[in-house]
Amino acid sequence: MLAGSRAWRLAVWAVVLPLFAVLYGLPIAVIVLASLARTWNGALPGEFTLLHYAEAFRSDSLDALVTSLMTGAIASTAALACGTWAALALRRRVRLPARLLEAVFFVPSAVPSVSVGLGLLVAFSQPPFLLNGTRAIVLIAHFVLVFAFTFGNVTAGLARVPAECEQIAESLGARPFYRLRRVTLPLLTPYLIAAFSLSFALSMGELGATIMVYPPGWVTMPVRIFALSDRGAIFDAATLTTILGVATLIVLTVLSRVSSRAMLR
Amino acid sequence: MVDITAQEIERCAPLDGVRTASRTSGSRIGFEDVSVAYGGLTVLKSLTLTVHPGEIVALIGPSGSGKTTALRVVAGFVRPSSGRIMIGDRDVTDLAPYDRQIGMVVQNYALFPHMRVEDNVAFGLQAQGAPRDVIRQRVPECLAMVGMSAYGKRYPRELSGGQQQRVAIARALAPKPQVLLLDEPLSALDTQIRRAMIDEIAKLHHDLPDLTVLYVTHDQTEALTLANHIGIMRDGEMQAFGEAQALFRHPPTRFAAEFLGRANLLSVGGLTAAGPGEARVRFGGAELLARNPHNLPEGRDCLLCVRPHHMRFAGEGAVANALTGVVQSVQWQGDVHNITLTAEGESLRMTCVPMAVPPALGDQLRVCFDPSEVTLVPEDAPRG
Repeated sequence: MLAGSRAWRLAVWAVVLPLFAVLYGLPIAVIVLASLARTWNGALPGEFTLLHYAEAFRSDSLDALVTSLMTGAIASTAALACGTWAALALRRRVRLPARLLEAVFFVPSAVPSVSVGLGLLVAFSQPPFLLNGTRAIVLIAHFVLVFAFTFGNVTAGLARVPAECEQIAESLGARPFYRLRRVTLPLLTPYLIAAFSLSFALSMGELGATIMVYPPGWVTMPVRIFALSDRGAIFDAATLTTILGVATLIVLTVLSRVSSRAMLR
Repeated sequence: MVDITAQEIERCAPLDGVRTASRTSGSRIGFEDVSVAYGGLTVLKSLTLTVHPGEIVALIGPSGSGKTTALRVVAGFVRPSSGRIMIGDRDVTDLAPYDRQIGMVVQNYALFPHMRVEDNVAFGLQAQGAPRDVIRQRVPECLAMVGMSAYGKRYPRELSGGQQQRVAIARALAPKPQVLLLDEPLSALDTQIRRAMIDEIAKLHHDLPDLTVLYVTHDQTEALTLANHIGIMRDGEMQAFGEAQALFRHPPTRFAAEFLGRANLLSVGGLTAAGPGEARVRFGGAELLARNPHNLPEGRDCLLCVRPHHMRFAGEGAVANALTGVVQSVQWQGDVHNITLTAEGESLRMTCVPMAVPPALGDQLRVCFDPSEVTLVPEDAPRG
């Protein structure tokens, strides 16, 4: 078979690899190079420097990184807890209300995040829900935006948990919460980690809704990057983008290792 | 093979801290007119059956016959649309699975992959709140019971299929359940391991004689080897039920005869009584003598059930129950020869010890069978 031959595989790689490098690698390379450039007038940066990084870790940008990490961690943890509960509650329910509720969870991910931010801004600007100008509204915005992905991942994971294991646990005398704690959740762990990772990554990069609702004391990295870009500080924006990317990558790598260990069992 | 010492059996007596109600004398399983329906489809129809304490009852039947549904009703995973389920003297119909005090083993083992073997075995005891010292004592006992003492620290993925099934059995037995439900427990194993496991389960029941077992399988060998009684199911109904040997020797229906062991079923007619429990029938030009355990009336057309291994070569002289057929096929299967004959237009299968010179295709062969080994079966199988 041609499709299975070595030559065919090499040909596919010869097409896919350059395409991938151009579409995915080039923008990232440009950002990283810009973060290291003192000037960039030609095709390549003129001089290389680490000055932007030194500046980034001395300025408010470090606070923005911490804010982003905290926002991502809190929103993703809350979304994981609620998404897991919702997935468990709606599990094996095939009736229309359950299916509709599932669809509702996915609505925020289907509309522009700016619209979600606007909705929150309007909804929480009057008593008794007066949250404008607070950190809570940023966290809520992120929660609303990432919840659907958490819910979807956990639901998919639950579908792959062997029903026999749970039934055997029950036959051995395990009551529902005990079974959940000792059998279902441990078997679900890789999917929970995947759900958290995706939510965290989405939250780290979220801009549209955040920019609508963020208070002065809770500036996330994407907001800071947007502000720098808007002011024309492209090299500084590229530096923060690189730092944001690396920080996210580190967290996701750690989570991936934890997930791999859980999968091995 | 699992080797169980008398001390180990002694240690299997009820332990404090583990639910042991009604355990010492075993518990009966009772189906009282149980039906199960999904939507408009009835998958189990008015099943009434009692598995007595200490007994193994096997439910066999083809896929979709309702045997697994029957077992899952006892486990509490399927709710009957009518009828009651009894375990011991308790009506458990409305009880959750975790309140039924059952042990269950399923085809794919369903060991908890994130737990070591010893944690799997301890799970039921922990779930039921057994004290730690009881668990520390009981887990090694149960692992020893199934010959898995050396594997306590391993994860299920590090065990073979047969080893995993042994652990699954140990896990089910650890909390000392009132009844043990086995749902095709050996189906995922290869033939040799399956044979060994049949022996081990038989030995296990011999050593735990109080344990009441409901065993679902589609394998007649497992059923015949292990069960005191066998129920044959089809289309959600119990087609036949009886003591294993009696059911095999005198199947009450065509389906029972065909499903439980291989059988030649010859259409015979002209039934006449020939003594207590016996009758004469005509098969073509031959007159045959057979057992009539179901008291089929005179003159009735019926089926003559003769097992392939009950047929033997007849000599030249006058022999009772002799038929002459033409050899259609000869198959050597190592420890047996299978021969197919055609006699009076019907096909007959015969199993015999390996022959140095087997008959050739087209040869005329005279075969016979003992009247006590053949049974008359009603032509129209009664349903329900």
